[in-house]
Amino acid sequence: MQQRKSLFLNTSATLGFIFLYAPIIALIVYSFNKSKLVTVWGGWSLKWYSALFNNEQIMTAAWLSLKVAFISASVAVVLGTLAGFVLSRMGRFPGKLVLSGWITAPLVMPEVITGLSLLLLFVAMEGAFGWPSGRGIGTIIIAHSTFCLAYVAVIVQSRLSAMDESLEEAAMDLGAKPFSLFFLVTLPLISPAIISGWLLSFTLSLDDLVIASFVSGPGNSTLPMVIFSKVRLGVTPEVNALATIMIGIVALGVVGAIWQMRRQNKMLPD
Amino acid sequence: MNAPVSLNIPGQKPVSGLGRLIYTLRHLSIGRWTVISLPSLWLAVFFFVPFLVVFKISLAEPTISIPPYSSLLEWDPEESFATLKLNLGNYIYLFEDTFYLEAYLSSIRIAAVSTFFTLLVAFPMAYLIARSKSTTRILLLSLVILPFWTSFLLRVYAWMGFLKKNGLINEFLLSFGIIDQPLTMLQTDFAVYIGIVYTYLPFMVLPLYTALEKMDITLLEAAEDLGGRPMQNFFLITLPLAIPGIIAGCLLVFIPAVGEYVIPALLGGSDTLMIGKVLWDEFFLNRDWPMASAVATVMLIVLVLPIMLIRNTNSGKEAF
Repeated sequence: MQQRKSLFLNTSATLGFIFLYAPIIALIVYSFNKSKLVTVWGGWSLKWYSALFNNEQIMTAAWLSLKVAFISASVAVVLGTLAGFVLSRMGRFPGKLVLSGWITAPLVMPEVITGLSLLLLFVAMEGAFGWPSGRGIGTIIIAHSTFCLAYVAVIVQSRLSAMDESLEEAAMDLGAKPFSLFFLVTLPLISPAIISGWLLSFTLSLDDLVIASFVSGPGNSTLPMVIFSKVRLGVTPEVNALATIMIGIVALGVVGAIWQMRRQNKMLPD
Repeated sequence: MNAPVSLNIPGQKPVSGLGRLIYTLRHLSIGRWTVISLPSLWLAVFFFVPFLVVFKISLAEPTISIPPYSSLLEWDPEESFATLKLNLGNYIYLFEDTFYLEAYLSSIRIAAVSTFFTLLVAFPMAYLIARSKSTTRILLLSLVILPFWTSFLLRVYAWMGFLKKNGLINEFLLSFGIIDQPLTMLQTDFAVYIGIVYTYLPFMVLPLYTALEKMDITLLEAAEDLGGRPMQNFFLITLPLAIPGIIAGCLLVFIPAVGEYVIPALLGGSDTLMIGKVLWDEFFLNRDWPMASAVATVMLIVLVLPIMLIRNTNSGKEAF
């Protein structure tokens, strides 16, 4: 479909891509700036990278964020896969409509509402049963698992509904019990969806500021919370260095994924 | 799979509500029941019940205690009698003080304007991607998604460096003599629009791409053969066919943008009024939990619920 690409279309799409990348490129370039002033170019330097690694507050927060993201993504994958499976393979059951509504709702719910409502729930629960006592890593993980679950469920559900049921039916005809059917047939078939669901959840959790601010307790600042307070206070060239590292990791991941896809395309010409 | 129960057998009366529920429950095996109830229970406890708690607290009164709100049930030990105390004051105040109404309206305005501009920027990108060869398509799609995988906060921060008084855009314009005074862009509504368009762009491009990619190109060829001009073809064929994508994309941008906190907090000015920011301040600065809950309840009922209902009934779901 190469036709119908007018000059207007090309120019406006290119401008769109420039708009998307110009700030990111500027961020990367200025992370190597020797000068403390973000707009003054003082020559190349790696000093903000060493400042970043020596900043204990940022490093502690980064470690906390990674732990939270890892556990939340794993919990979200288990629950989200179950939810997606239930919605697309369990036929009808009472409350199905309600469940499918609950699953899509967190995708568009404004974060301030999710954060506030979860915090008020935790406070009310603490008052009623004494659990969770105070807020910290546990409450952040519960909150993140809940909103990531929705993304995993949607991805798994769409994968399952795109996949026809004949393999599962064949396995059942051959006498597979529900458990072995799920673990030996269905799960391997939807594993790409589960992996992308996990990665998405991990990123979303790592990136979340608003919900974490509501549900975390004192002394449990995640990386976005630390960055936010630093950015509000003023010029912080270490943040440029941090951003560059994160962009680098993501870019490597994406390049790897494209390479993998092209290799698969070569193996399976369609 | 062993489809559960189809109760409405032709020629037989459908079983009534409760009977039907009991019947179905009995026919669900224990395994099925566990699999269904695990995610349902989780979502009930951590997604649905919280809204009831918010609503309950919105009817309480702020007090100086931990937690800082009054209890709705007051127990009188002498009479062994409980009284329910509902305080509608928060809601009355919400409508009496024009500040909140203005914040709701201004959030809708800012979100709507930004959604429109996001659509304008995203459409040519989605169109170009949908019409490229499959290898370039993967590359361009990844280029759209890549920023989405990097920190949202850091991308907003990157714009602060661009929009500042001594930021890159002003330096550039000054050095070329286009302006002789630096423009004030940071801490204005303009910066908030840019921030929203920028961060939500992938959410608009992807559903648009999905809709445009499915489009039958022969329709355009036929229109051209019949003498349609490019502009005509676009407005009469491409645009109507892209409508499911446009609706899905607009909702994905508009709803979260209404409640946005980070973008107005970092890029907006002190006069940028958005309801997400009001809620945040009410909660963290004023420590008025009942008022924050009332703001959230009204936001949910007036802004979010109707849009979610529309979304669940039309083809907007295809976006995912």
